[in-house]
Amino acid sequence: MTLDLMLQKYPASSEYLIEALRDYQTAKIDHCVTEMEIVKIAKYFNVTESKVCSVVSFYSFLSEKPKGKYVIRICRDVPCFVNKSESILKTLETRLGIKPGETTTDGLFSLEFTGCLGQCDHAPAIRINEKTYVDLTPDKVKAILSEYREEKS
Amino acid sequence: MMVNLKINNIDVTVPENTTILDAAKANNIAIPTLCYYPDLRINSDCRICSVEIVGKKGLSTSCSTLVTEGMQVKTHTPRVINARKTITELLLANHDADCTACAKNMNCELQKLANVLGIDENRFARVLEVRPIDDHNPSLIRNSNRCIKCGRCIDVCRNIQGVNVLEAMNRGHDILISPPFGKYLSDEFCTFCGQCSSVCPVGAIIEKDETATVWNALHDPQKHVIVQVAPAIRVSLGEELGQKPGTIVTGKLVAALKLLGFTKVFDTDFTADLTIIEEGSELIKRITTGGVLPMTTSCCPGWINFAETYYPEILDHISSCKSPQQMFGALAKTYYAQKENIDPASIFVVSIMPCTAKKYEAKRSEMGSTENNLDVDVVLTTREAGKMLRQMGVEFENLSEMEFDKPFGTTTGAAAIFGTTGGVMEAALRTVYEIVNKKPLAVLDFVEVRGMKGIKEASVDLGGKTVKVAVAHTLANAKIIAEQIKNHESPYAFIEVMCCPGGCIGGGGQPYGTISKTRTDRLASLYAVDVAMPLRKSHENPDINKLYSDFLGSPLAKLSHELLHTKYQPKRRH
Amino acid sequence: MIEKKIISKRFDKIDPYSIADYIATGGYKPLIKAMTGERIDILSEVEKSRLRGRGGAGFPVAIKMMALAKEAASVKYIVCNADEGEPGNFKDRAIMEKDPHSILEGMIITAYATRATKGYIYIRCEYDKSIEIMRHAVDEARKNHFLGLKIDKIDFDFDIEIRLGAGSYVCGEEFALLESIEGKTGRTRVKPPFPTSVGLFGKPTEINNVETFANIPVIVDMGGDEFAKIGTKSSTGTKLLSLSGNVNNKGVYEIPFGIPIKTVIDELGGGVPDSRALKMVQLGGACGPIIPRYLLDMIIDFDRFDEFESKTGSGAIIVMDDRWDIFDILLRNVDFFKHESCGKCAPCREGHNQLARLLRKFTDRKATVKDLISIESLARVMHQTSLCGLGQTSPTSIISTLRYFREDYIDRLESLEV
Repeated sequence: MTLDLMLQKYPASSEYLIEALRDYQTAKIDHCVTEMEIVKIAKYFNVTESKVCSVVSFYSFLSEKPKGKYVIRICRDVPCFVNKSESILKTLETRLGIKPGETTTDGLFSLEFTGCLGQCDHAPAIRINEKTYVDLTPDKVKAILSEYREEKS
Repeated sequence: MMVNLKINNIDVTVPENTTILDAAKANNIAIPTLCYYPDLRINSDCRICSVEIVGKKGLSTSCSTLVTEGMQVKTHTPRVINARKTITELLLANHDADCTACAKNMNCELQKLANVLGIDENRFARVLEVRPIDDHNPSLIRNSNRCIKCGRCIDVCRNIQGVNVLEAMNRGHDILISPPFGKYLSDEFCTFCGQCSSVCPVGAIIEKDETATVWNALHDPQKHVIVQVAPAIRVSLGEELGQKPGTIVTGKLVAALKLLGFTKVFDTDFTADLTIIEEGSELIKRITTGGVLPMTTSCCPGWINFAETYYPEILDHISSCKSPQQMFGALAKTYYAQKENIDPASIFVVSIMPCTAKKYEAKRSEMGSTENNLDVDVVLTTREAGKMLRQMGVEFENLSEMEFDKPFGTTTGAAAIFGTTGGVMEAALRTVYEIVNKKPLAVLDFVEVRGMKGIKEASVDLGGKTVKVAVAHTLANAKIIAEQIKNHESPYAFIEVMCCPGGCIGGGGQPYGTISKTRTDRLASLYAVDVAMPLRKSHENPDINKLYSDFLGSPLAKLSHELLHTKYQPKRRH
Repeated sequence: MIEKKIISKRFDKIDPYSIADYIATGGYKPLIKAMTGERIDILSEVEKSRLRGRGGAGFPVAIKMMALAKEAASVKYIVCNADEGEPGNFKDRAIMEKDPHSILEGMIITAYATRATKGYIYIRCEYDKSIEIMRHAVDEARKNHFLGLKIDKIDFDFDIEIRLGAGSYVCGEEFALLESIEGKTGRTRVKPPFPTSVGLFGKPTEINNVETFANIPVIVDMGGDEFAKIGTKSSTGTKLLSLSGNVNNKGVYEIPFGIPIKTVIDELGGGVPDSRALKMVQLGGACGPIIPRYLLDMIIDFDRFDEFESKTGSGAIIVMDDRWDIFDILLRNVDFFKHESCGKCAPCREGHNQLARLLRKFTDRKATVKDLISIESLARVMHQTSLCGLGQTSPTSIISTLRYFREDYIDRLESLEV
């Protein structure tokens, strides 16, 4: 979806800024919004570019920096932590060869921490793009990663 | 209605809707504050002014809490003192606290706070992550390592100036006050008004200090160093040196600058008078020949930067006159050089301005009337001028008053009021009215255009036609004016625009701690200067008339056009 | 059985995508009763019920409702806080996914009672399924004239818009939430004024938690007095609990207030797995107190939780067995808050970073007596001076462990020298 088309979905009122940004980034392969896009978005909603930048940099699901095609977000808050989320983190780090905050060189995966996903009754949990995975074990994580890798090839 | 409460067990009665902070102050207790600034919005972010209210859990910030009947406030319990100390230590742990190597040393509100609280050690580890300094423009330096995220600069930039270059980026501990995209001020839409530097409690935003350049020039035997002093400085330099806000120090400041070693001390008021003649002539020409109207003033470099960046479509509406500072520079290196038989290349022009944008203006490439030679070499703010006088150890109060030097020393009351919002308009009307209507004004004071109202309007009879004029100060108000012009809805013929609140008396380079009250004091003093002047209309200034007859010819003529007028360039960022 | 299913009575029994199922099980009857039938005084029923907010702080709902009802503005808002981000809480998700119309019905009744004109449901964007179901429910309710113009043919217009978060815990704080709906960064405002006088877009606004709204139809249905008979004197009705951590049967349970925590863990949770011993329990979520075994007889009750000065009443119970070191747990909490602090006020912005550093000294066994004093002082200052609930409650786990697990702190000191 082009930015112009996406913007037309929203009334040109600044209250829809966050919704529009999130929608657009979700659809984009690198899940980020560039400087030129921010200029356009700011114009559409009649707000300053500073304001758009402050909003983008405030919310975890918005970004000015490009991310991998699949953004893996891992929860390590207490309910997940005491259900061995650290082993899930370790598996992800080893399998992907990256640390949280990094993206694989092929641009396929980014790894990030996230706040609680509200899946504590099925901890540990991770989220890959818009999909949540629960009741994880290291083996399940390996299988999930393979699926995503296959999807690419 | 009055409210009764107890502050530290003492009965206190204050009007309703008073904050605890003000109630305490009215009863001689200054609760320490940090992010609080009288003219700005209360965001109660620093939490330093916390107090105990009996019966309430937690502490309450006195800046944001209103008094209520029967309230019992304790301002200095051990719990409160510990909280203030703890928060201050937290701020210091994330602050470049190399105080003696900071421009704000002894002027820093965080430093003063730490001193008042008696902080002698910091329990917390230093966590400052050093970030690059932005000094890529002629006016301002932003040093994030000193920023304490009080939010004052954001407020002034967004809400007073309506520009919103600075915003809080990121969140939590990573928060960074910055222009968008992590860029420099010079890359983005900053007007260099410097209001942020004026309210910054620490050394995070300061003007670019050029005092060293001036010292070097003063002691360079090859240079003929002269200085011009803006209208607003005569009512603010005294304050910078410890006198009461609004103290008029015209004569002493001439003497002080002579002590520093300036060969000649001139008055920018002279070229303010000249501006009135040129700008007034331009206005009359535009009105009578069907030129582009409304015409706006052009003396304020913040306004020029704002228009070039945000309203490039209205640049035709801005008077082509250079600002008084630049007119002075141009004349200094031509007329004065010829008259005194000095090589223009050796003349070094220093300006003392209430303004940080003037530094930017002086460096504009079109501001050179002679070969490879900018007309104004260095611009110092009021604060920098004060700094030089302190460095010199000048005992300002003991100085005998002196007069400005000729040929740029004879001025009028009309020029003096250039320093306040409405002043340029009033000065212009005094002249334009008399020239067009060919009769003297009965009353010189145009009270409708005076005062602190954001946008002021007046009507004047010019040659039988009623002409509407307006005066705007702060960029948020300038924006309203600019929108009207852009949309062809402006009902005015002539508009004065000043970028800073109150005009130059509230400029971004004025003494720290400028608030509404200080602005009004300075404003009142400028009008007092006006009234006390033997001449109060620019066109009656004999030395201006001499300048035209000896050198320039007539207003808007070829030489005037070359030296005193300029062009504006749209600034397109993308 | 200690469970009492009032709010969760339809859970797994109806199709959440079917408004017909909801209506068939008595849904929207309270709404009709309130608006057209007996024309009962909703405000007084809610007042009699003594319902307290289910987000955690337990503020009396009737006070907010009456405050909003009194406002004369022509535009007034009802906002449902479905930004359930507190670690260990997932009961709002359960309501949204299993009985969405009960929330809508609660909002509509509240709007009718207060003459509010528009409602917003702010759902965190991580809750995909909740969003889908709630959107569907709003559409269905509109088609069935429970939302929109002239609801149920009477002269009352009210509609609901769903708004999504973009990854920020602090947007669960009421003013931050309003800012976020307005399209801004989620940074709270100075209080007062409170939202019921100056709220969303500057208009009077009542904000309640998902579960709170779900209680409204129940109260209208059974009457405030009957409702108040459930639970305890200070905490009426039932509470949805989010039970997680090291417990056999994690999940959402509904109990009347007054049940001891221990009973919940043992009877509903089936105890701690792998025959391990229970070491500690965190109540309310990351912002709540961590209490030891010997306090588990404590009943679930807002007044009982008052001493912790936190949002303990959200109903999260996170069980931890004896494998876990309190400092690892505390660090997880503090790292979470450090990441989620909006950065507006100084104690919260700077404090979490320092708390984390001090805690690491304890995990590394390098702490000094001075560090112990510093961490205690800092935690209390943050609690007392932070601008919003985040910084006020985030130090609770440290303050509580300093009280109940002080020996663990002493144990980690490098030396006892001052």
